This record gives sequence, C-alpha cells and structure tokens, in this order.
Amino acid sequence: MNETLQRYALAVLAHAALLLAWYLFVKLGNVPTFVMPSPGATLDALLQPNYDWWANMLVTGTEIFAGYLLALVAGVGLALAFTWSKPLESFCMPLLVSLNMIPKVALGPLIIVWFKYGVFPNSIMAFSICVFPILLTTARGLREIEPELLDLVRSLKGSRWQLFSKVQLPGALPYIFSGMKVAAILAVAGAVVGEFLGSDKGLGYLMLQVQVTLDTPAMFMAVLLITLIGMLLYGMVLALERWLVVQDARLD
Amino acid sequence: MEPFIRLRGVSKVYRRGKSEHLAISDASFDVMPGELVSLVGPSGCGKSTLLKILAGLHPHDGGEVKIGSAAHTFDPSRDVGMVFQAPLLLKWRRILENVLLPAEILGLPAAEARERARGLLALVGLSGYEDKYPYELSGGMQQRAAIARALVHDPKLVLMDEPFGALDALTREKMNLELLRIWKEAGKTIVFVTHGISEAVFLGSRVVVLTAGPARMADNFAIDLPHPRTLDMKTHERFGEYTRRIYKLLGME
Repeated sequence: MNETLQRYALAVLAHAALLLAWYLFVKLGNVPTFVMPSPGATLDALLQPNYDWWANMLVTGTEIFAGYLLALVAGVGLALAFTWSKPLESFCMPLLVSLNMIPKVALGPLIIVWFKYGVFPNSIMAFSICVFPILLTTARGLREIEPELLDLVRSLKGSRWQLFSKVQLPGALPYIFSGMKVAAILAVAGAVVGEFLGSDKGLGYLMLQVQVTLDTPAMFMAVLLITLIGMLLYGMVLALERWLVVQDARLD
Repeated sequence: MEPFIRLRGVSKVYRRGKSEHLAISDASFDVMPGELVSLVGPSGCGKSTLLKILAGLHPHDGGEVKIGSAAHTFDPSRDVGMVFQAPLLLKWRRILENVLLPAEILGLPAAEARERARGLLALVGLSGYEDKYPYELSGGMQQRAAIARALVHDPKLVLMDEPFGALDALTREKMNLELLRIWKEAGKTIVFVTHGISEAVFLGSRVVVLTAGPARMADNFAIDLPHPRTLDMKTHERFGEYTRRIYKLLGME
C-alpha cells in the first residue's frame, strides 16, 4: 500500500514539476504571451464568456465518445462474427487490412461532402480512425486459443457456445482492452481533426477561431481541455479493464 | 478380467495435400481397469496421437479401439479426463473455478461439483488455494490443480500427455510420487505419455514402448515392482533391467 501511495505521489510530483518548468520558462525567459502564455494566463482564458467553453467541450466530448462507442460495437461485433464464420473472415479480413492502410485523416473532406459538417460527421471521423485497432486486436484475441484447451473442451463434447463463452471470450478480453486503449487515444485525434476540417462548434473549431486573433492562452486552454476529455475516456477504459480482467491476464 | 481398453492393430495416417505421414502403426495392447500404463518413446513416435485417439479427438484409420467393458461401462463424453504438459489453467478463474470447468461443461449439479472439487484439491495437496489465481501458484502447483480438474467429473479414464515434462527434475520426482498416491486413492485407469524412460518404469504397472521412424509399437510389458513404489526402487536391479530394455528398443545402447 505504501508503495502505491509513493507511486501516486511521484506521478503528481512529475506533473507539478512540468507546470513549474513551464511557469519558470515563461517568467524568466520573458516569453511574450502570444508565443507562450503562463499557466496563469492560460487559466484566465476560461473567464472569457464568449468562448463558450462548456458548450464546446460538450460538443467535442460527444463526438469522441459517440465515435468511440460506435467503433467499439462495430469492431467487437465484426470480430465476433468472424469467429463464427471462417469464410466471412477469409473474405473480409484482407479487405479490412487494406482499408486500414487508408490514412483516415484523408477521408475528412469526403466525409464533409457526404455528411455536411457537425457532430455526426466528426463522430464518423473518430469512428473511422479507431475502429480498426479494436477490430484487429479483438479478432487476434479470439484466435489465440491454445489448441490443447480446445482439445480439453472437445474431449468433454462441449458445445461451440461453451467454448466461446467460457474460454474464448474471456481469453480475448485482454486483447480487446489493449485495442480499446489505443483506440481511445485515436478517437480524440479523429474528432479534433474532423473539427479542424469543417465544423461550427467544438474545441477544435474554437482553436481555429482564436488562432486568427492570436489568443494563444485560449488555444492552450483548448488543447488542455481536449487532453482532459481524452484522459477521462482512457481512465474509464482502464477502470473497466481493472474490473473485468484479472491482473495477471492483462496485456502491457 | 476383461480389459478396460483394447487396441488391436491401430494405425493413423495424417494427410496434408498429397503427402502422407504415418503417425502410428500396429499398436496393440490392453489396459486393465485401474491400471496405470505408461506410453514411452521419442518425439514423433505417435504417443500423443494414440492419446488423442483414446480421447476421441481423432478418428483412427485402421484396427480396432474398444474402451469400456460390461463391468466398467464407458461414456466417451463424461469418462475422459485430460492433463497436458502445460497446466492450461484459465488465468481469469480462481483455482476452484478452474477445477470446476469440466463439471460446468457437462452441466453437473453445481453444489455437488463444488464439494467434489474441494475434496480433489485436498487430494492433490492444494487445500487453502481454492481462491487463488493461477499466477499465484508455482508450476508444480498449477499442474496439481490441472490434475484435480481432470478428476472433477469423476471420469473412468485419465489421459496424461507428458504432464511433468515442463517441471524441474526435483519437482518432477515429487510429482511422480504424488501421482501414484492420487492414482491409488482415486482408483482411475490412467494412460501416461512420457519420453522419460525412468519415469515410465517408475509409474507404470505396464509400459508400452513406441519407436519413431517409422512410428510403431515396439514392446509392451508389465512392470513387476511392488506398490507403493518408493524412490529407492530406482536403484534396484530389476528397475535397471526394465530401463535397459527400453533403451535397447529405442536404439540407444
């Protein structure tokens, strides 16, 4: 217990040290605010009521979480379908590997053509960038079953469903979570890029607006808030993993 | 007494495309009810194939396989317990839940199965570890749990495929003694596959020797050493004769 406490203390200390270094750099270096604002100036940006921080945060957060949940359902769902039908997997997998090669950011202009701009297309952007890691790791996890464990279940004439529910799916959970963690980071990037390319709301949109007026503190604040949303999502995934996956079985 | 397992001229060929690989040929031996038979031989001699045929996992190509007798009936879905070289415990289940897996698959009454699983964990020396996770146990202890798992549905036949092959030499000797004790107490028919010649002789009431290239059965003889077996029997003259006989068959002398 003492050790965990120490680890948390060190984590807090590291963050505080970065804040201090940032503060000292700006103060001692006399860096102009439009190049790099101090931590205090960044915090002051929150007081600007016309930036509508809360509403913009809600928009970006919605895009991230909607895209992520959609990717989770689609990714895990497809991977499950593949384990039930070998021909389907053989047919779809090579295609999906090719599709995964598309730089998803390059789809941005197309998505805007198809869906206009707003929360929905940006969710699609987040979805398209984070569905593949979830799908590929889940499919891999479901495939990773020791042949002898398969023998054990078959020697008892266990059903396909028993094999799946008792051995395959719980065995794949660590892989699913490893994909979900990668995807959580990508979903944030996807939503923000979507907002850069075309939107009228959200933290990414706000960044473009304040860039024109060189309001760097507001840009810093926007990045900080986007990061916080990402941390919230990542933290939720971690908590879920802790709850569902036995310590020793976790990947990473 | 009628044998529990009867094999006559059993052969198995694996085909991959046009190439054929003879995994075992001409295997004929009997296993009496309650006997512990060792199958010994080098890699590629077909001992694991034979085990899979007995487990009903692979069909055989030639010959006759008969398991069960009038006095000792055999239900292929309920009467096989398996132990492999790796413990293959499910990482996310506690030890007791791991032991219960076959009972769950067979849909046995849960309360009874739990009682039985606890009793078996005591039998293999794992009392007090019911609620641990596999990673909290050593390799030897995990293999003990795997043995308890193979016994939980009260199968008549237990098939073991080099179960102590991954353990260090000392743990292995200890597990040999433990297995003999468990075998006596549980009263199961056991087919034990190994490439350890001394292990095969020490454990077996009977030893079936298989050779590789071509894979075939080379010998089958009873081990006339008293039970309970003790480690000092390994220095007996007769023990040496048995092991020499196997070494000779495997062309190592």
